[in-house]
Amino acid sequence: MKHHLVLRVVSKLLIPFILLFALYVQFHGDYGPGGGFQAGVIFGAGFILYALIFGLETARKVARPAVIRVLVAVGVLIYGGVGVVSLLLGGRYLDYSLLAHVPAHGQHLGIALIEFGVGTTVAAVMITIFFAYAGRGRR
Amino acid sequence: MIRQHLPILQVIIPLLSAPLSVLLHKRWLVWGLTVLASMCAFIISILLLQQVLARGVISYELGGWAAPWGIEYRIDVVNAFVLVIISAIGAIVPLYAARSVEREIAADRISLFYTAYLLCLAGLLGIAATGDAFNVFVFLEISSLSSYILISLGHDRRALTASYQYLVMGTIGATFILIGIGLAYMMTGTLNMMDLARRVPAVADTRTIRAALAFLTVGISLKLALFPLHLWLPNAYAYAPSTVTAFLAATATKVAIYLLLRFLFTIFGAVLSFEEMILHFVLMPLALVAVFSASIVAIFQDNLKRMLAYSSVAQIGYIILGISFVSVTGLTAGILHLFNHALMKGALFMALGCVVYRLGSVRLRDIAGLGRRMPWTFAAIVIGGLSLIGIPLTVGFISKWYLVLAALESQLWWVAVLVLVGSLLAVAYVWRVVEAAFFQPPPRHAAQYQEAPLSLLIPTWILIGANIYFGIDAERTVSIAQRAAEWLLRGPS
Repeated sequence: MKHHLVLRVVSKLLIPFILLFALYVQFHGDYGPGGGFQAGVIFGAGFILYALIFGLETARKVARPAVIRVLVAVGVLIYGGVGVVSLLLGGRYLDYSLLAHVPAHGQHLGIALIEFGVGTTVAAVMITIFFAYAGRGRR
Repeated sequence: MIRQHLPILQVIIPLLSAPLSVLLHKRWLVWGLTVLASMCAFIISILLLQQVLARGVISYELGGWAAPWGIEYRIDVVNAFVLVIISAIGAIVPLYAARSVEREIAADRISLFYTAYLLCLAGLLGIAATGDAFNVFVFLEISSLSSYILISLGHDRRALTASYQYLVMGTIGATFILIGIGLAYMMTGTLNMMDLARRVPAVADTRTIRAALAFLTVGISLKLALFPLHLWLPNAYAYAPSTVTAFLAATATKVAIYLLLRFLFTIFGAVLSFEEMILHFVLMPLALVAVFSASIVAIFQDNLKRMLAYSSVAQIGYIILGISFVSVTGLTAGILHLFNHALMKGALFMALGCVVYRLGSVRLRDIAGLGRRMPWTFAAIVIGGLSLIGIPLTVGFISKWYLVLAALESQLWWVAVLVLVGSLLAVAYVWRVVEAAFFQPPPRHAAQYQEAPLSLLIPTWILIGANIYFGIDAERTVSIAQRAAEWLLRGPS
């Protein structure tokens, strides 16, 4: 892709905005359309664009497969962990109301954390799947 | 305090152990975690069953949202018993897996195998524990996707096509189930099972509800491998790693049968399912055809795992036959056989795994004369086989007894005769193994084969022991199955 100057310049310009937009969708999810899944997909798509333009090896240096694999698991653990914390606080599984002094704040915090977990896992899984397909037949 | 959270802990302990095992990554650590999590799940299921038997239905509301709106986990006699079946097998399999997997799965995939195993266990337990129809679909996908992975890990390259075939069929089944749930939701506006059960009678005459029932029956029948929809099963069981076959054969189809019971009896109710939609006129012939065609095909199999896979299709036929009587005795027989078949097929596939461990093959001609070289392994196969046939003092006898009783009670003496003839077919395919292992001369190189290691034999013999124990002292299982049958026939109240 070395000689595709336009593609490289445009994607270099776009990728930061794509990632930023992903974060917007992530953290604005509880007010407007969006949420963890969509944000994760957008974030993953930004990464995949980077890998397409600058090559798989460069992308692997940025997102090391070992780290990505950990992130896949961590996202799920954040989700489940929130539930376990509310169990330990004496409530039902995934009862967010107990996470803060005011139940409404607790609900807010709980859903934000859970969506963050979803976003992490979805982005990491997207990247893993892309790496798995793109890396086929190279070894 | 922890007692009231048991229904959710049942599911989330294996579910959260799966990502944890990805983080641990080291093979033996992951194995330890798997053993720990599955043991916890087993203990919890026993506690739940005790609690349900003593005090009745347990309801658990997730996130503190009240029942028809939030997701509710609802444990009654029926699913408490199913939870015990799944988690008991789920606790024994990891013990067995340690050595077996080492031989059959590439070293760098073993820790991921345990992750997929935990996810599959969590999915199956989730289907059984939840009281929410959509939650059923979510857990169904978790367990199905992970079982496709587990099957594809098989040593044989045909495992990949087998897994793919199962993926296509399983996805069609899951889609049908989702369409059925969607149609029911369209007419009732609710996904909670109890709420559905309350609202369905008012709209039972609509075509939508009938279509929902049809979609659900076909979709679940695909997952449980009822006769014409069983085509994915033989290959999947034959080429999956031995551990996986033992686990899936003993649990996955059982959970699907539970789901069928739940939808037909609890949600749509016996009146709609059987008096108006006359489903038993469909289920009973299919069950009988399953028993005969699959048993006959099993007799001609050369690969023993494939033979037992066809025998599974036949045994599922017996369970569905029990259900299709729509009587307390019939349902008791079906639910009993759910438990008993899990015991026998788990034990038999584990014993075959011992053979694979030593020989790397389960073809009939390869086991010739090995009965004396591997006495414990083949003794397990013989006892498991006797149980499959239904010889007294084994669990198979108890199931067949109640099945025949139910047939006679419904004045269907010809069905009772067919059940007995079906058992004779089981004699035929079990005998072929016995004949090859004990009465054929061993090949010249047979001296190099030794008995399978103890870590494989002990879990196998635990299940064989259970086959005999519950065959002699069947009172407990029969009384639970009977209560479950009465509970299902009474419908929601």
